[in-house]
Amino acid sequence: MSALTWWIIAEPNASGMTNATKELISEAVRQGGDVSVVTWGDTSAELVDGAGRYGARAVLQLDVSTGFVPGAPVAAAVAALCAARSPDVILLPSSYDGRDIAGHLSARLDRPVLTNVTALSVDDDVVTQHQIFGGTKIASARITSDGVALIVVRPKSFTAVEEPRDVTLERIDAAPSPVTPVVITESHLDERTGPALGDADVVVAGGRGLGGVEAFANVATLATLLGGAPAASRAIVDAGWVPYAYQVGQTGQTVKPTLYVACGISGATQHLVGMKGAQYIVAINKDAAAPIFSVADFGIVGDVNTVLPALNALVRSRTA
Amino acid sequence: MHIVVCVKQIPDPSAPAALNADLRLDRSGKVLLDEADTYGVELALQVGEAHGESRVTLISMGDATDLSGLRSALAMGADAAIIVSDPALSGADSLTTAKVLAAVTNDLQPDLVIAATESSDGYTGTMPAQLAELLSLPALTFAKAVRVTASNVSIDRQTDTGYDVVTSSLPALVTVTAGAVEPRYANFKGIMAAKSKRIDVLTLTDLGLSALAGSWAQRVVSLDDAPQRQSGATLVDDGTAAQALVDYFVSIKVL
Ligand SMILES: Cc1cc2nc3c(=O)[nH]c(=O)nc-3n(C[C@H](O)[C@H](O)[C@H](O)COP(=O)(O)OP(=O)(O)OC[C@H]3O[C@@H](n4cnc5c(N)ncnc54)[C@H](O)[C@@H]3O)c2cc1C
Ligand SMILES: Nc1ncnc2c1ncn2[C@@H]1O[C@H](COP(=O)(O)O)[C@@H](O)[C@H]1O
Repeated sequence: MSALTWWIIAEPNASGMTNATKELISEAVRQGGDVSVVTWGDTSAELVDGAGRYGARAVLQLDVSTGFVPGAPVAAAVAALCAARSPDVILLPSSYDGRDIAGHLSARLDRPVLTNVTALSVDDDVVTQHQIFGGTKIASARITSDGVALIVVRPKSFTAVEEPRDVTLERIDAAPSPVTPVVITESHLDERTGPALGDADVVVAGGRGLGGVEAFANVATLATLLGGAPAASRAIVDAGWVPYAYQVGQTGQTVKPTLYVACGISGATQHLVGMKGAQYIVAINKDAAAPIFSVADFGIVGDVNTVLPALNALVRSRTA
Repeated sequence: MHIVVCVKQIPDPSAPAALNADLRLDRSGKVLLDEADTYGVELALQVGEAHGESRVTLISMGDATDLSGLRSALAMGADAAIIVSDPALSGADSLTTAKVLAAVTNDLQPDLVIAATESSDGYTGTMPAQLAELLSLPALTFAKAVRVTASNVSIDRQTDTGYDVVTSSLPALVTVTAGAVEPRYANFKGIMAAKSKRIDVLTLTDLGLSALAGSWAQRVVSLDDAPQRQSGATLVDDGTAAQALVDYFVSIKVL
């Protein structure tokens, strides 16, 4: 059997390439694939270099404007390219744009799309694994008909490994979408210092047990002191204490830091699925029976509003 | 303005989930309105109230033995509901769902279609984009805030680093995140009124879609336990927890 052709859909990124793109290229290379990165907008030299460094052979740059929400226009362009070149597998990151493009592309190509994928293998078909029921079970799924397999992967599912190859850049005229474009008129950045949540080596997360939004400052302080990122359970995102971008779990981010500190979080399965992959987990909760302790390497049964200020003072005096 | 809201009836998410022998989610128990869809219903009602002379129609696909989820949304104030229910759709994938809901939407010719970003039970998160593409509607996704005029819609679209303001003409499809609006509670009058509101139950044949039965190519083939994490030491705080944590952070080299 000749090598399968894999396309990785990569969002344009000012700093070259997202970690998700690196992870997807690496997995496709590991599967013995012939790998191309498909992107749009003004492709940076960093992205082309990065694609080659992780083992892609080509970057296919679609001339779709980054002034539009990419779902429909990128899907139309990729669908036309699929008709001409018949790739076997298309991997997309489970990001806002990745999920949009996957949905539009699925409808354009009349192909199913598998989402929330955390592992995959190839035999006659592509077999994908999905964590369900809060990550307590793993379901395997199969696309059982001929045609391109569309797969949306949760971040941090695969490890990025450098595997340098020569890479070419090809610019492609994009087929137009029949759908009226959605125009991006403004972009706003949340104020946030320190590493991005998805990339942070230490994540300190707060939950409803903090008792109120003021106490989240202790969580943010510990994150800063440890050079990490603050995060949250859905309970306090829904309560409006912190923005949605902080949410870890099934409907939020997946993180895989060296250390995850859960402060006043009960450990619902929908939260655990987003952070169980951390190397070390510390939990602070006043209820010794809280489910979070079943995944914690070190658990403190205590009041988060006593422990955190004391901890911050000690850490501050060490690092001062 | 005619607004269509996609709403899903789901098994109670706080009850332990189970799969049937065919590896499909067990949906035999009571159903509820997916909480994720209460935001869409609320948004539709608010847009309708702001534009006068409006109509909110709920559309759904799934088992119709129990209609209490749809009744809850009608009790909030929606005008009518259509549910496509057909045993031949059991186990349908998201693209098939989108094809079915596209057929229903086409007949309604709405100005605005609203869905949640992802359902609480399936959470594939792709159905709305598939639906938009099938209907050739602009898709404004992951809305944290929505503004609708007579001919345009603009949203604050969640991004990894903040949000973008994005806009298109109507008709269009919008997906809303939790927190975009505050869903109202149905009052007694609403609950009583909902009992007599119209719910149409349609089959694939009614929609001329019989060919869709069992046509999807995506199957769950096995189910295994995920590896479990071992838990470690616990300490009941007696004033020494902060120091113990510092020592632990040092031992794992984050300090
Ligand atoms: C479809 C669906 C998707 C979901 N997706 C997510 C998701 O992505 N992420 C997510 O987080 N949740 C998600 N949830 C919600 C999840 O089920 C839980 O409701 C949520 O995680 C609970 O947040 P919490 O732990 O902060 O609050 P709670 O469950 O209320 O827990 C608070 C904890 O704080 C402890 N506590 C109270 N006071 C103190 C104190 N002074 N000191 C120390 N501890 C204290 C309590 O003992 C308790 O354990 C989802 C739910 C559904 C149905
Ligand atoms: N069977 C269905 N009936 C009605 N709406 C649905 C159905 N499936 C999905 N939706 C809508 O699409 C959203 C995303 O669903 P999903 O793709 O399953 O995560 C849901 O939250 C609903 O608003």
